[in-house]
Amino acid sequence: MEPLLSLDHVAVAYGQTPVLGDATLSVVRGEVVALRGPNGSGKSTLLRVLATLLRPASGSGVVFGERLGTREVESVRHRIGLIAHQPALYAELTLEENLALVADLAAVVHTSPAAALEAVGLAGAAHRRAGDSSQGMLRRADLARLLITEPDLLLLDEPHSGLDVDALGLVDALVRRCLERGGAAVVVSHLTDLGVDERTVSIVGGKLVA
Amino acid sequence: MRFWRTALRIAMRDLRIEGRSGEVLLTTIPFGLAALFLIPLALPLDRQLIATVGPGMFWIVTLLFGMFVTFRQSAVESPAQRETLRLLGVDPAARFTGRVITSALLLVVFEAVLAPATVVLYAPEPIDGWPLLAALGIALIGTMAVDVTAGLRGRTSLAPLLVAPLSVPLLMPAASAAAAIRRGDGIVVPALLMGFAVLALAILGVMTAHSLEEASG
Repeated sequence: MEPLLSLDHVAVAYGQTPVLGDATLSVVRGEVVALRGPNGSGKSTLLRVLATLLRPASGSGVVFGERLGTREVESVRHRIGLIAHQPALYAELTLEENLALVADLAAVVHTSPAAALEAVGLAGAAHRRAGDSSQGMLRRADLARLLITEPDLLLLDEPHSGLDVDALGLVDALVRRCLERGGAAVVVSHLTDLGVDERTVSIVGGKLVA
Repeated sequence: MRFWRTALRIAMRDLRIEGRSGEVLLTTIPFGLAALFLIPLALPLDRQLIATVGPGMFWIVTLLFGMFVTFRQSAVESPAQRETLRLLGVDPAARFTGRVITSALLLVVFEAVLAPATVVLYAPEPIDGWPLLAALGIALIGTMAVDVTAGLRGRTSLAPLLVAPLSVPLLMPAASAAAAIRRGDGIVVPALLMGFAVLALAILGVMTAHSLEEASG
């Protein structure tokens, strides 16, 4: 099966500091990769490379058939959904306004902001400002953002962080929904069991170990 | 069409955020007024002199504090928010334009408060300038300076340093116009020069928006 994304000996450095040493990875459709490793091992950097947001210093990679570091790869970005450490919400806007902004700017919208908020259990907090919301609510709203755009590739960096026990299943549901559409997911998580049939890849000292 | 829809949506976002926080204008306007108030106290008690320097003081305060308005305004996006916009496929040029629109509108408000204060404090010769054009020019320069330095470690120091060379094509015709007004001459030539500078800055900003956004990643 043709991989949905692949990296071939990719290295990344921030200035003079090498962060990712030699990353080789391939992910096919319908697959979930659980990325594990100690703090500072380069997990978040790897996700940003896969999201096409960070250009590799060396090595090569392909995402949805487009080579990393080229202008063409920007055309597939709307198919990628990234949840980073920090929620991508504007503190002065309400949760619903934040999602409405995403819906207005996105190329394709699958779910309305109101429906997405309801799906993550935030219907009652739609008019609450993001700056007045708890970490768990912000995380739920970030997940709702991905329900609106329904990307084919999920890149989730500690998506369970801040979520209460009742909400942990939201991440599983999001991943399953993506897999049903023929997508794939790369998840950084300290949870030992993601609730899906995942392949674990460890990252140690900037290198990937299957 | 999509370009302008995106630009206006970005502008609406920023105006809504500023409307709720008041962070930019409510901080900057009082300092701008304080600067205008303090400058005459540092000059000899000469009404003619104060009236002569009035327009210059107005423009200097507008430029310096206006740049601060633009810096603060353009910095409302966190790295995570910028990355989300990139993944949504938002056109960097449209995003740049939207931010410039917001900054220019805020600067017009800033100027609208400062202009009457200048008249009261300095009783100057008419400030027959082009507040709208200047606001647009300052908004362009500030937004470009923020974009050029985005992702750099020393961006908070570098952005103001960049402003000086970028402001030259805006300030020179402004100064020429002020002198022309004093002499009673026409201001067509300086106005055209200023318009050309704003147009050139706008083209430069839109053309480089994509490269700067990708480079800041």
